[in-house]
Amino acid sequence: MSTGASATPPKQLAGRHQQNPLVHAVTDWGRVVVEAAISIGNLTLFSLNTLSWLFTRLPRRETLLQSFYQIGVRSLPVVALTGTFIGMVLAVQSHYQFSDLGLETRLGAVINMSLVRELGPVLAATMLAGRVGGAMAAELGTMRVTEQIDALSSMGTNPVQYLVVPRFLACLFLIPTLTIMADFMGVVGGYLYSIYFLKIDQFHYYQNSAEFVGTWDLFYGVIKSLFFGAAIALVSCHRGFHCGAGAEGVGRAATAAFVISFVLILILDLVIGILLDNIYMSLWPGGASLF
Amino acid sequence: MVDQLRKSTSFEREADAPIIEIRKMSVSFHDQQILRSLDLAIPRGQTLALIGESGCGKTVLLKTLIGLVKPVQGEVYFDGRNLAELNDKELAVQRMRFGFLFQNAALFDSMTVGQNIGFQLREADRQQQNEIDEIVSLRLAEVGLPESVKSKKPAQLSGGMRKRVGLARALAISPEVMLYDEPTTGLDPIVSDVINELIIRTRSRYPVTSIIVTHDMRTATKVADRVVMVYPLSRLAAGEPQILFDGSPRELVVAKDQRVIQFVKGEAGERLMEMREKSSQKHGRHSNPESRIPGQ
Repeated sequence: MSTGASATPPKQLAGRHQQNPLVHAVTDWGRVVVEAAISIGNLTLFSLNTLSWLFTRLPRRETLLQSFYQIGVRSLPVVALTGTFIGMVLAVQSHYQFSDLGLETRLGAVINMSLVRELGPVLAATMLAGRVGGAMAAELGTMRVTEQIDALSSMGTNPVQYLVVPRFLACLFLIPTLTIMADFMGVVGGYLYSIYFLKIDQFHYYQNSAEFVGTWDLFYGVIKSLFFGAAIALVSCHRGFHCGAGAEGVGRAATAAFVISFVLILILDLVIGILLDNIYMSLWPGGASLF
Repeated sequence: MVDQLRKSTSFEREADAPIIEIRKMSVSFHDQQILRSLDLAIPRGQTLALIGESGCGKTVLLKTLIGLVKPVQGEVYFDGRNLAELNDKELAVQRMRFGFLFQNAALFDSMTVGQNIGFQLREADRQQQNEIDEIVSLRLAEVGLPESVKSKKPAQLSGGMRKRVGLARALAISPEVMLYDEPTTGLDPIVSDVINELIIRTRSRYPVTSIIVTHDMRTATKVADRVVMVYPLSRLAAGEPQILFDGSPRELVVAKDQRVIQFVKGEAGERLMEMREKSSQKHGRHSNPESRIPGQ
């Protein structure tokens, strides 16, 4: 029996929509926007939940020490190595440019200023995001997939308090130390390369460094690193907690943790940098030294 | 802590009231409904086996009992208290009255066996380390594992040993309710029987209420006092109850519903026909050259 000529089966309707590229594109973009909004909302709630535990119940000392060791101590060699090479690379590249202008003696100022304000904190944070962020997301993701997080909840332990808070505190408190280490090794690397390989005058190198790089510059980098550390911990733990099923889900969580952390580091670097410069200029107009 | 809790809640409960009660409970994930309007009451001390084919929502049902999964409709009552009305802290306290043996034991990889078993006791912060060590040794002995296992990591254990460690961990705080999620899945028949015996022994040693999710009929008939069979929603007619069978293990074999009999006997029945039909449809479509022409 006929149902009427105007009746169109739903499958055919769906097929027509799928064939229209404009509808297809708008649907895809809409989905991306909605998913991004949901992710940002989830991350915000997750962050607030983590922060609320800082005021209610701190983790046990053993749990904290373990996280501090994993995140801080075991990151030291790679951060130190990266810092040293960045200092040396900066020396090579700056020398190439500055020697044409006859300003080789100013190398110390350029290398050290770049290191303590930008490259030290950003590279230490990037290394932390790569080494620790990915590992945290993968570890928590595996715990999610293998029901270990459910097991924690079933035993009356809050997984955020037990798993996220120690990692957050370790990243927050140890990234300044790692940044200072990256700064120091970069300064040493740049100095050694400039003096022994590029044959820059040691006295002028030191004089220019001392004249241009102030204590504020060092603090500027360290303050920024605190935000980087918090962002890495929250993003990575959030990705791990909300990872998809199976090995593929864990892999995606680890990759997403690094990519999102890295993008956030760059955004925060810009925003916090502008903010700190404005604060500094409004408090000490004319660029007088803070210390 | 758990003892104090028992004292504090004992006055609230009636002697014959069920320890767990589910009323008109529905669970959905995204757009997919898993459980529909379930009613189930579990008396104190009973050993209930939840059976049903894979994907019918047995594990989801188990997880709703301790609030790991939240129902979209209906209520879950534990000892007379609606779980939905509890705050996080109260829910955490209630959860400490449960022991949960997960499907793959869900042992913490980063900890040793001893640390895994003593985890809940350590987190409760009520006992000295030497007391915790004693309880850990006792629980290991109860599940038939040697003391030497204590210092091993879960990755160094076999599947059966992991299940036993998981059971020891679940029993560490002497729970009132034990939840077992497919305790014998993936184990050989002998180790499966060892786990079944451990469940029976646990029930005889401690006054626990047990809920066992399984599709192993041997476990269901050997261990349980009562069997409840859940059926996948996708295969049910509209308005048909999701619980197809609720009775003693003996009644299973004389069940009137053909679907229960098929499950108990392990017969594919009409599924085989459906599979053949789908296969022939697919084969037919591919073999028809006209069906490949776009727009037709």
